[in-house]
Amino acid sequence: MTRVHDMGGRFGDGAIVPEAEDAPVFYKDWHGRALAVTLAAGALGKWNIDISRHGRECLSPVDYASMSYYEKWMAGLTGLLVDAEVLSREELAAGQAIGVSELAGKRMKAANVASVLASGGPADRPSDVPMAFGVGDVVRTRRVNGNRLVDGGHTRLPSYAVGATGRIIIVHGTHVLPDSSAHHLGDAAEPLYAVAFAASELWTNPEHPDDEVVLDLWQSYLDPAA
Amino acid sequence: MYLLSLHDPQMPHDHSDHDALDGHPHTLLPSDPALRVKALETILTQKGLIDPAALDEIIETYETKIGPRNGARVVAKAWLDPAFRTALLADATAVVSELGYYGRQGEHMIAVENTDAVHNMVVCTLCSCYPWPLLGIPPTWYKSDAYRARAVREPRKVLSEFGVTLPEGMAVRVWDSTAETRYLVIPQRPAGTEGLDEAALMDLISRDSMIGTGLAATP
Repeated sequence: MTRVHDMGGRFGDGAIVPEAEDAPVFYKDWHGRALAVTLAAGALGKWNIDISRHGRECLSPVDYASMSYYEKWMAGLTGLLVDAEVLSREELAAGQAIGVSELAGKRMKAANVASVLASGGPADRPSDVPMAFGVGDVVRTRRVNGNRLVDGGHTRLPSYAVGATGRIIIVHGTHVLPDSSAHHLGDAAEPLYAVAFAASELWTNPEHPDDEVVLDLWQSYLDPAA
Repeated sequence: MYLLSLHDPQMPHDHSDHDALDGHPHTLLPSDPALRVKALETILTQKGLIDPAALDEIIETYETKIGPRNGARVVAKAWLDPAFRTALLADATAVVSELGYYGRQGEHMIAVENTDAVHNMVVCTLCSCYPWPLLGIPPTWYKSDAYRARAVREPRKVLSEFGVTLPEGMAVRVWDSTAETRYLVIPQRPAGTEGLDEAALMDLISRDSMIGTGLAATP
């Protein structure tokens, strides 16, 4: 049920290494190149952000754990390009294109970069799903986690918050449901809430009795807590 | 191919089942990461799908134009102008959009304010969600397994590794960015900054203080 990317609360990762404020944005030239290729390929419109996240999550656990950040981006992108039939396995193996793509007209031009980055891709959508909860309501996350539409599919309820009781602190409106959107099954927008959980609800040995963790969770991840 | 189930005709399976047969496509590329990126860029350019000049422009944008100075300007304004602060806390997306800071990975902004009672800290345990238009590309530590794993479970130990110790009695609220909402921490304004203008205040506001792993500096 779980995937290696779902690492919140995990033990054994060691210390964090802070960086100076003026540290490089990209430590290696290929890091910036990897980010830029990913954004430019995304602008072709063949996948959405949920599909691209899921693409990285579908790397094998060994690859996910051993690859550096931008290596994961490149591997994920390669999978997306093949799945979307933008590139073929033959082209990847040869390191050469076979012909010009029919998508070439959608190529992001240098002059349009600023406007593309500034236009964004909002995730709020109208929805017919009635709002079941309001601020202050107490809810419980579903106890068995996982995508209800595609076995082993994308979902955004982290394992550490499964079966936990919390309270709604923000109603965000209605947003695209990643569990559907990541699998070409439509936006399926539904209410999205910020839910606050006491640290003691999530961890065996919380650091402080007043600490909380807040997660943004879709309505279908939640049940009323009686 | 997502819908071609190998096991259960009733329930679509994830496409990694398919990759299990042929190997993940990334294995077809050179293993050296720099060569791997170059190979992808070359094939996509030959196919007419990407323009190397556009890649240069994207890199230049995030190296020099879109970064934590944007967020620092928002925070300084919130410290200086009570009406701005109120509006920011009520609808951050609208307020930062007016300053020109709307965009990719900042479509649904929420500002969370540190007080004497609560310290806010932001993480994305599932990937690396981060408010790009206000803070730029996240630092390496933010994307690290260690931060993603530990920030939710032991934020105070994490803070100590950044040299931050909170006063007794101050609660920590960690925001795990699981949706498309993005969080900007408004750090507490330090004492002794009463006469400072926006530019002087901005110099006290670090990237880390707007993620919640740091505090604003004192002058």
